[in-house]
Amino acid sequence: MIRINNLSKSFSGHQVLKDISVVFEPGITNLIIGQSGSGKTVLLKSIVGLHDVDEGEIWYGDVLFNKLNFIDKKEIRKEIGMLFQGSALFDSLTVEQNVRFPLDMFTDHGLEEKTERVNFCLNRVNIKNSNLLYPAELSGGMRKRVAIARAISLNPKYLFCDEPNSGLDPLTAIVIDALIKELTEEYNMTTIINTHDMNSVMEIGEKILFISDGLKCWEGNKNEILNSDCEKLNDFVFANSFAKKLRDSIQA
Amino acid sequence: MREFIFLGLNSIGIIAIISFFMGAVITLQTAYNTENPIYPKYLIGLGCRDSIILEFSSTVSALILAGKVGSNIASEIGTMRVTEQIDALEIMGVNSASYLILPKLVATLIFNPFLTLMSIIIGIFGGWTAGTFLGVITSEDFIYGIQYAFIPFYITYSLIKMVFFAFIITSVSAFQGYYVDGGSLEVGRASTKAVVFSSVLILLFNVILTQLLLS
Ligand SMILES: Nc1ncnc2c1ncn2[C@@H]1O[C@H](COP(=O)(O)OP(=O)(O)OP(=O)(O)O)[C@@H](O)[C@H]1O
Ligand SMILES: [Mg+2]
Repeated sequence: MIRINNLSKSFSGHQVLKDISVVFEPGITNLIIGQSGSGKTVLLKSIVGLHDVDEGEIWYGDVLFNKLNFIDKKEIRKEIGMLFQGSALFDSLTVEQNVRFPLDMFTDHGLEEKTERVNFCLNRVNIKNSNLLYPAELSGGMRKRVAIARAISLNPKYLFCDEPNSGLDPLTAIVIDALIKELTEEYNMTTIINTHDMNSVMEIGEKILFISDGLKCWEGNKNEILNSDCEKLNDFVFANSFAKKLRDSIQA
Repeated sequence: MREFIFLGLNSIGIIAIISFFMGAVITLQTAYNTENPIYPKYLIGLGCRDSIILEFSSTVSALILAGKVGSNIASEIGTMRVTEQIDALEIMGVNSASYLILPKLVATLIFNPFLTLMSIIIGIFGGWTAGTFLGVITSEDFIYGIQYAFIPFYITYSLIKMVFFAFIITSVSAFQGYYVDGGSLEVGRASTKAVVFSSVLILLFNVILTQLLLS
């Protein structure tokens, strides 16, 4: 479980996150949604400690994460897997070396054991016969999946995904979403996903936090999202004309 | 190991070419400026040797390396920054700054002095080739010249300078890359800045070190 209390963050006078409090439970897919530029990435990076926050508390279970020093943070980081918006695979390493990287950093297992784990993870995300390719030789969707494999290689308790399916076709996007949801349930991870894709929201939105201009505007689940009375959320959800028509025909 | 190949071995070609032609040009220039018979011919060899050792093999090579290796380091690290690879390293508990910069520093500090030595040898060879083939000096005079009044400390001086320059190039460029903020445009800008800043610092330290070491 991850609990955030009154979190605020600004960059040189420009306030990006304003007093956000929320709880993310394990075993379900928690979504952070909002417009481009609303602060989703900053929120996620603040939670994992890539940004220092100005105010507020970030609890991992019963550990106050944002007050720990580098060494103690490392203990928590062993349990964190993260998928970045642009995959962030290491260009100079092969697929196999990329997935093995966290194992090299955090474990003292032998090469054989690590390779076995790497192959298990790659298999889990359906990447086959690509161990020796470099990231530049993969398609966008494959890169995302390799990045997921890298994120889960240490069997993390916490999984963070920044727009896991941006830039993918709708079918591949759903496959990735389903994969993340499956892994979350399988390993009872606390999973937090940033997205602005309504397909994902309707597929895997078990808990949804909507932020707008750095403010928490609404929270709920995918069943509640269609009849919220939050103005900004409705603008977001019914942004396209197809969705609007659908809503109007149901209301009529 | 990878760093040695990328930052060191790949620079051998360019340094060799530059040194050869520099040596050739210096020899010819010295020859044409000393056509008066009161100067003994072997002075051409001596002039070539000292210019190469004192200035070209370290300072000019370093400026070339600032352009090649510096922009390479800045854009590599800068790209890792904007594509969140550095964030990914941090998440995995890696101290990204030392993980990325230290190997490059070690590689260039160890390898660049070899480039300087190589540059000296090839430069003098270039001078000999141009001088003898174009008939401005005989092989004997040239070889006598490069042995005449030889001061071994000049080589040490050149190597010391190169070690400083290697440090400047790598640290300035890595810094520029590491603190990129934005996208690929900013990466390009950072690598330009890396080259400009390290070149200026090289020229400045060239003066400082010369004053300290040769006065
Ligand atoms: N390192 C930074 N320095 C200064 N400002 C930043 C920094 N990172 C983000 N911001 C600002 O914070 C705001 C929120 O950015 P953020 O990247 O969190 O948006 P987002 O919701 O993830 O958008 P998208 O859906 O496009 O990824 C933006 O106005 C951005 O300019
Ligand atoms: Mg984002």
